[in-house]
Parts: sequence; C-alpha cells; structure tokens
Amino acid sequence: MLDVAVTGAVMASVVAAATPLLLASLGELVTERAGTLNLGVEGMMIVGAAVGYATAYGSGSLLLGTVAGVLAGTLLSLVFAGLAVWLAANQVASGLATTILGLGLAGLIGAPFVGTRLDGAPELHVPGLSDIPLVGQVLFGQDAFVYASLVLLALVGYGLARTRIGLVLRAVGESHVAAHALGHPVRRIRTLTVMFGGACAGLAGAHLSLAYTPFWASDMTAGRGWIALALVVFSAWKPLWLLVGAYLFGAVSILQLHVQGFGLGIPAQLLSALPYLATIGALVAISVLKQGRGAPAALGVPFVPDR
Amino acid sequence: MPGMESPPPLLEAVALTKRFGALIANDAVSLAIRAGETHALLGENGAGKSTLVKMMCGLLQPDSGELRFAGEAVVFPDPATARARGIGVVFQHFALFDALTVVENVALGLPGAEPLGSLARRIDDCVGRYGLSVEPQRRVAELSVGERQRVEIVRCLLGDPRVLILDEPTSVLTPDEAEGLFRTLDLLKAEGRAVLFISHKLDEVRRLCDRATVLRGGRFVGEVDPKAETSASLARLMVGAEVPRPVRVAAHKVGAPRLLINGLNLPGDGSRGSALHDIRLEVHAGEILGIAGIAGNGQTALFDVLSGERLAPDPESIVIDGTAAGGLGPTARRALGAGFVPEERLGHAAAPDMRLSDNVLLTTHSDGAIVTGGMIHRRVLAARFAQIVERFDVRFGGRDPKARRLSGGNLQKFVIGREVLRGPGLLVVDQPTWGVDAAAAAFIRNTLREKSAEGCAVLVVSQDLDELLEFADRLCVMYDGRLTEPVAVQATSREAIGLAMGGAHAA
Amino acid sequence: MRLRLERQEHVPVLGLVAAPVVALAVTLLVGAVMFVALGQDPLRAFRIYFIDPLTDPWTLQELVVKACPLLIIGVGLAFCYRANRWNIGAEGQYVAGAVAGSWLALATHGTDAGPWVLPAMLALGALGGALWGMIPALLRVRFGASEILTSLMLVYVAQLGLDYLARGPWRDPQGMNFPQSVTFDAAATVPLLLGEGRLHAGVMIALVVVAAATVVLGRTLVGFAIELGGSAPRASAFAGFDERRVTVGVFAVSGALAGLAGIIEVAGTIGQIQPAISPGYGFTAIIAAMLGRLHPVGILIASLALALTYIGGEAAQITMRMPFDVTRVFQGTLLISILAADVLVRYRIRRVEGKAHA
Repeated sequence: MLDVAVTGAVMASVVAAATPLLLASLGELVTERAGTLNLGVEGMMIVGAAVGYATAYGSGSLLLGTVAGVLAGTLLSLVFAGLAVWLAANQVASGLATTILGLGLAGLIGAPFVGTRLDGAPELHVPGLSDIPLVGQVLFGQDAFVYASLVLLALVGYGLARTRIGLVLRAVGESHVAAHALGHPVRRIRTLTVMFGGACAGLAGAHLSLAYTPFWASDMTAGRGWIALALVVFSAWKPLWLLVGAYLFGAVSILQLHVQGFGLGIPAQLLSALPYLATIGALVAISVLKQGRGAPAALGVPFVPDR
Repeated sequence: MPGMESPPPLLEAVALTKRFGALIANDAVSLAIRAGETHALLGENGAGKSTLVKMMCGLLQPDSGELRFAGEAVVFPDPATARARGIGVVFQHFALFDALTVVENVALGLPGAEPLGSLARRIDDCVGRYGLSVEPQRRVAELSVGERQRVEIVRCLLGDPRVLILDEPTSVLTPDEAEGLFRTLDLLKAEGRAVLFISHKLDEVRRLCDRATVLRGGRFVGEVDPKAETSASLARLMVGAEVPRPVRVAAHKVGAPRLLINGLNLPGDGSRGSALHDIRLEVHAGEILGIAGIAGNGQTALFDVLSGERLAPDPESIVIDGTAAGGLGPTARRALGAGFVPEERLGHAAAPDMRLSDNVLLTTHSDGAIVTGGMIHRRVLAARFAQIVERFDVRFGGRDPKARRLSGGNLQKFVIGREVLRGPGLLVVDQPTWGVDAAAAAFIRNTLREKSAEGCAVLVVSQDLDELLEFADRLCVMYDGRLTEPVAVQATSREAIGLAMGGAHAA
Repeated sequence: MRLRLERQEHVPVLGLVAAPVVALAVTLLVGAVMFVALGQDPLRAFRIYFIDPLTDPWTLQELVVKACPLLIIGVGLAFCYRANRWNIGAEGQYVAGAVAGSWLALATHGTDAGPWVLPAMLALGALGGALWGMIPALLRVRFGASEILTSLMLVYVAQLGLDYLARGPWRDPQGMNFPQSVTFDAAATVPLLLGEGRLHAGVMIALVVVAAATVVLGRTLVGFAIELGGSAPRASAFAGFDERRVTVGVFAVSGALAGLAGIIEVAGTIGQIQPAISPGYGFTAIIAAMLGRLHPVGILIASLALALTYIGGEAAQITMRMPFDVTRVFQGTLLISILAADVLVRYRIRRVEGKAHA
C-alpha cells in the first residue's frame, strides 16, 4: 500500500486539485484585504473555464486559452466592481448577481464544446529534480499552473506585508474613511483589487478546463468558487494559511475520490458531500478560534465619498 | 497697517461657497491665516466650520470663490496636492487605522515610499523636538485618545506643513493633556508656522489664539481679537442671540435611591471599551448625578450594562427601584421605569433609515397602548409621535422624515422627548448635548433639570466638564473602568476633576 | 468634469416603482444583444421568449405553476433580507422540505391512509425546510460562522442527499432502474384546481402566504423587529430585540417556506421523488425577492416575471435550439440591473466641475 510511487502520485494529485482553489482564493484574499467582499468568484471562475477552453480549442494554443480565461474573469469582475464599488450597491447581492450571470454566460459559451476534449497542459519536468522519489514527483512534475500559483502566492504575501502598495491596500480595507481623508483613491484601489480577484478566478477556471480535467462540462466548477471564499475566511486573511487550507481541501477531495474507488460500501453521495461538509466544519472551527479577528475592518461596507 | 507692505496671508479663503442640495453649508465665507499666528475658527455645530476646513485641505471642492496660498490663487483637487503645498490637518475624527502600527499610519499620510525604519527614526526626532510622546512600533488600537491625537500631529509635522489645521483638538483631551498640546502649538507658532484652531470652547480660544473668525449658519460673521473679547461676547457672536441661561431649579427634595450600582464588574469584550471594575454608585430621586471622563474609559460599557444591552455577571449588582436588574434585558428594565439615551444618535438611539414615527417604537413597544397582542396601532403611535414633536419642539422638513435627515439638535430633542414622555423614574443619559446647538442644548439641560425636580433620578455621562459643573448636583469621574467617589459640585473644583480625569486618583 | 453620485434627500415614489421597470427594460436590451450574438433574430426570439407564452392558455397555467415556488420561497427570503441576513441556501431548504414531506408520502404509499396525509406532508415539508435553514442560523449565532457560505454549502449537501435517496433507498423497485420513486398516491398529491392542466391548489397556499407575510411584515412588532435588526443592529439591541432570536427566526421562516415550496412542487407538479426537482428555484427566488423590493405583493409580480423567463427559456430551447443558459443570463442581468437601478433612483448623477478625487 505504502508504495512510494503511489503515494507520490496521490500527493501530486492533491496538489493539482488544490491549485484552482489556491488561485481563486488568493485573488479573493487581495480583494477582501482592500475591503470588498466579492461573492462572484464561482461565476468568474466558470467564465474563465469556458472562455479558456473555447479559445484553446479554437486556436490550439493553451497559452492563448489561459490568457483568454484570465481576461474573461477580469471582465466579469468589472461588472461586480461597477455595482459594488462605484454604485455602492449591496456587495452580497452584487456578488450573487455576478455568479448567476457568470454561470449563464459560461453555459452559453461552452455549449458548442460539450463532449470535446483537449490535450491538457503538459507536466513540466525539471531534469534531475523530478526524479527524486516523492518530493520530485510532487513538487517538480506539475503543470505550469501549479508553479504559477505558488509564485503568485509568494508575490501576494510579500506585496501585502512589505510594499507600500500592500500597505495602502490594507489601509483601504481597514478604514476607507481614513484612507480617503489621507487622499488615497479608495474606489480606484478597490476596483483594481476586484480585477485582480477576477483575473485569479479566471486563471483558476482555466486550470480546471485546460489542465485539471481537461474538457468542458456545464457547472464544472461545482462550488469551488464558494469553497475558495470559505478558504479566505479559514486563512484569517493570511496568504500562507491559504496554502495550508487549499492543500487540505485538495486532500479531502482526492481522498473521497479514492475511497469511492475502493468501494467500501459508503454511499458515493456522502463522500461527494465531504468537501462541502468540511467547508462548513472549517468555517465553524475558525470562527470559534479566531472570534472574527483578522478580518479587514471595512470588509463588505460600501464606500460613498463624503458629499 | 496702511502704508506698510505686510506680507500676504499664508492661506486665504476668499468668498468660498459650498452647497449640498438645498443646503448652503458655506455662503461666501472668507478667512485669512498669517504666518506665525494661531487663528481660531469659531462657530456652533452646523455653522459650516467642517465644510470650510474640508475645502481648505482638498477634501471638498468649493462651488465658487477661491483659495490663495501666500497670495497666489490655488486649487486643491485632492488632499495630496494640499499637503504638498504645506497644509496639514488633524481631524476631529482621526484618520487612523487601528490594525496598523504608528509608523505605518504615518507612512500612509506621507508621499513616497520611505523605508519604515528610517521613518521611525524621523518620528522619534519629531517627538523629541515638540515634546510629544509616541512610540512608532505600537499598534494604534492600543493607544489612548490623547496618544492617537499625537500620532495625527506627528504625521502632519513630518510633512513639514506651513499651515496646521486642528479640528476640535481639545474635545477629547483631559485639561492636562490640553495644556501639553498648547505648548506644542506655541513652539510651532514660534517657528513661523500658522495654526488654525477650530473650537467652540471660548476660554481656550481667548487664551491661545491671536485672532478669531466667527461663522454662524454658514456665513462669515466677523473677525475679532479674542483676547479683547469676553466669553459672553464671543458666544453672542456665535449664537447670534443671548445664550439662554440654565434654570437652576431651587430647593427640591432628594429622595430614596432609584438606581443602585453595587460592585459591578464587567470583563472587556475583546475589541474596544475597557472593562468595568467594582463600580459603586447610588442615584437618588430628585438629583442629577454626573459622570465626567475622557471617552474610552469605560463609559460605553457602563451605558450598555445599565441599559441591559449587556448583562451584568451578577444580577444583584444593578438595582432599579428595588428590583435586581443586572440580569434583565432593555425591555424589562424599561418596564421597571428606567429610560435610556445613548451617545450615538444615529444607529443606536435611532435607526437612521427608518421614519421618525417608527423610531418612536424603539423604546415604547412594550409600554402598552401602542402595541397590543403583537399588533402595532398606527393611530396611537402617530398620536405619541405628534406629542413628542410638539412638546419638545422637534423641527424637520416633511411630515415624517427618516431619522438621518434631522439635525443633531432636533434628533436629540426627539430622543430625549421619547424617553421623558414615557414618564421614567430613572433616566440614564450618555452625552446629552454632544454635537448639539446651544439653544437645543439649553433646552435639553432644562428638561433634565425639570425631570429631576419631579422626582426622577438622572444619571448623566458627559465628556463636557463645563456642562456637568453647570447642571449636575453631584459629580464623579470615570477613568480606566473605575469610578471615583461622587462629590457635591459645590465642594469640588474644575482642577480637581481635571486631575482625576487624567487618572491622578488611580496613580 | 466628472460625473458623481449624490444621495437624494427625497426619493420620489414614482422612482421606487420605476426602478424595476427600468431594470426590466435594460435586461431586454442586453437580451437583444445576446440574441444577435447567438446569430438569432432578436424580434423572433423575443416573441418566442416573452410573447407567445402569454397567448396560450396552457402556458399561462404553466406560468402560474412555475411562479408558485418562486413566490413562496421569495416571500420567505424577504424575511431574511429585511433582517440583513443572507440566506442564499433556499435551494437546499427546498430540497430538505421536499424530502421530509415525501418521506410520509412514501411511508403511507399503498395504504388506506386518509386525507390527513397531504396536510401532514406539507407540515413535514415546512418543518424539514425550517430545520435545514436553522443550521446556518445556529452556526452563526452560536459560533459566528458566516451564514452566507454555510447556507450555500448545505445546498450541495441537500442535493447529494436527495440524489442518494432517489437512486438508493427510495427508488421504485418496479421502475426499470430509473432513479425515481413510486408515483405518490392521490391522498399524497396536491389536487388540481381546474379539471385539466397542471394548475394545482399550491397556488392558493402561495396566496395565503403572501397575505400572511404582508400582515406580519407590515403591521406587527415582529415585522418591525426584523426590519429594525436589518436596518440598524445596534438600535435593535437598544430596543431590546434579541439579535440571535431574530436571526434564527428569519432563517426558520424562510427555510419553512422554502421547504413548503419544495413539498408542494414534488406533491403537486412532479408527483414523485427524482434526483432533480428544481431548475434552480431557490436561487431564482433570490432575484424575485430583490426585484419585488422585499414586499410580498412585489414578489408576487416579480415571480410571474421570472417564471416567464423559465417558460420562454424552455420554448426557445425547443423551437430555436438555444441553450437553457440563456435564461440564466437573463436572470443574472435582471438582478444586476435591479441593483443598479435601485442605486440610481436613490442617488442622482451630477456633473462635477474640476477633477474630483475618487
């Protein structure tokens, strides 16, 4: 059972399953740190998946598909930004609207491609390193999305904590009134962070349809956007904990697949429900542990500049 | 001085006008501040001081008129431009970020990306030079109100401003802290900077300022030499009429205690508002008992635990008219004859986006008549609403506007009237006249005075020491969650209370 | 020069009514663009989508049948949204109610159980929905977990649970392996209103729900407490209303109504348990609640409008081979438009001289 190669393969699949969660939640974390709660992640993600797949299928270029997916997520995020940031509409409702619209648009765009298949993104092997048992398999035999997610995580972590841009961004999320009084362009900054969130969600979607599956299916995100939102809460808005959370959830979803494969007589539906139940459990656990600390103080509060 | 070439004012507002819809907040207001002077901007709440300041620092754009800096016309499209020109502002509501450190807060107010380490050293320099005390690495959430103000001032000074604008800086300070601030301001003036000092405390203005511009109802009333004026003459300029004197109700009997606080302790709720330690107090029928103190010393917690929004760990520690009430919620405490008026009018005492008549329901829903069997009787409610409006002279536009559309004074009269008409035996009032115009404030104080004469026990929490000295019978001070022994107002002095507000007793 | 929003002191009553109408108009405009992009003649598409269903008595009945669950769920959601509690898991509560009520239908199947079965099923359905809805409320009240995410996660759990039952224990053994239960007995079926067609008595229940909710929300202290809690939480606590009781209460009401809608749909329109019993009513009802301005009568009108997008979508699917996702795009656009129109009514756009900073 404990064959190194098998263990390595399982762990590698955990990393692959975790990557879209990590990407999407990373973008949302930045959005939320600047004070905006965007519940449109699921919608932006699936639009990224559909547009990414359609473009890659048409052009034959995975790179082009990825870029298109990122752009699509960003475009849809602008709808949300227009509502929630510029019109100061309720953020929860605006995010829901974005998700509903995104699911519909993705269905339309993806409809002609149902049943087709692509050659997924190749695994990039690092000569020498990839052959190291276990570690090499898990860390150096992945596709470009996985590496991109880790690089992005490092950039976001460093940027938020160490740079002036990060400081201003955190300040806007902490008190938009004070930031505005000091002359920081609150709505412009929030719009940019929403767009970053959209781009990341689009990239996460592209990973699903171009590398993880790789095909298009209606509603293929299956709530991953919502789980990404929960992960941000779980991480207490700290990038590093996002990594822990995403990989844990990757592990849960892979675990349930393997258990289903063994056919232990546990209803498949119960196992499929595990990631969602785990999300609820994680939300409860973090709420008990953190008592709401760590959340940006102005999160979800619309900003209307002084008249 | 005709004939002599005097340099143009450092910062000058010429006939600035600003409208918000139908309201003219500033109507051709002019103001000139010179280098090396401390200039006061005087006016009641709603006189247009804040609007003027916001235009002078780039937060608002005037509809007409112009700004001049050292004689040259300037436009400040945003605060950064104003700051670059040398305008620094310390706001009344600090523009600080609780979750960030002092040095991060300072960095956010300065242009460019100076490394935080070197910035921290510059903060230390500035602190030393002007006698301020601030630690760069502490988080703002841990700081007292006075310390927060010093962070604001340091942030301004590091931008090397030529004009420093302070909006009601002393309203949050103990008398002692205020003295420290005045020393700093004198140093700044001596360096040739100009200071604009916004206040409604006339004694301070007369002591500190070289000249004063007075606003009333959005209009320029005059520029005077405050040292040549009396407090009464300045007040007349501000209010435009004689300020009504408080009525001292002569000899009335002080009766049995109606509120008994008996060794009340309250743990901190984790976020803000310090805990309460062993509070003991008796408020008798027929007296007004005042609690003085700087904000943030536990007043909010005390109000919440008295009103029943937070429950006391020991039910016996709060007794209202003989009944242990510490474990009861607000509705049950009201049923015991208590009435409460919180500090925050919008959002606590009243729901901003609900109609004024619906706001009557907030505290009257369980008194009988208005709600029976769970059904709201609109006609009874409307009658009570009309009664409050008439008896307490609540003025507003329209028939029944949303609460947020009322002025501070009128909303406060409504909130007080709502409680008084319930006929309470105990009234707990937090900051009765905060942000209220002078006429409404006098009306409110007289109303409370009358209620106490009728046998109501009145507990007033206020940051305005002058107000308490004027109309309370006994006084105590809240500091760091503790309460001093109450003393008769006649038996104490401003100085003694001021010292206690700074924690001198606890030390 | 820039444009800028200013809050209006007086919101004209006309504007409050106009906003949903404007939103509908914008949605149609976006729809036209979409049809053109899909290579369809927009006029023909509009006719098939929005006009034809209104001219045919059969589809008119169908319209009311589809509006019924939207209305019942939407009215329940109005309780939550007025209290500023974000229940977005009505779809799950709908399923939970359907399952709870169907249990009785299947347990009494083939027996001589009398006319008590249907009322008991409705009660069980409401109870099941209420209990499922109270889970996120209790998690919020007890632990502080965000009700938005937990209520949504429970949708997936409920759907998987239903899937398990329909394919497993509740599957009709004589059903040729189709994942569906036996057809409910007459005593366990919501009766039809007219001799023919699909219009069932659930519609009457929906109208009673509208009337009751109008009274509760508009005339009672409970309705006032709900609105106050949503409008100004601190003032609500000051007034002596328990925020936790309001939270649990509105979730219970909203869950109960969603559950009721679920069992009415299963016992009225479908007649048996299947893995899929809703084309997303629980989510579309969110739009109905918003479009209806959280007022029961408004939601009644909004539900009919949204039901039309379902009927039109089905018609377009059949006659024009358009994907059903067109309906979802319509619904999303509608929600976006109503949110935007709402703000634009409350504020007015003003031109500002000079460069204002954002």
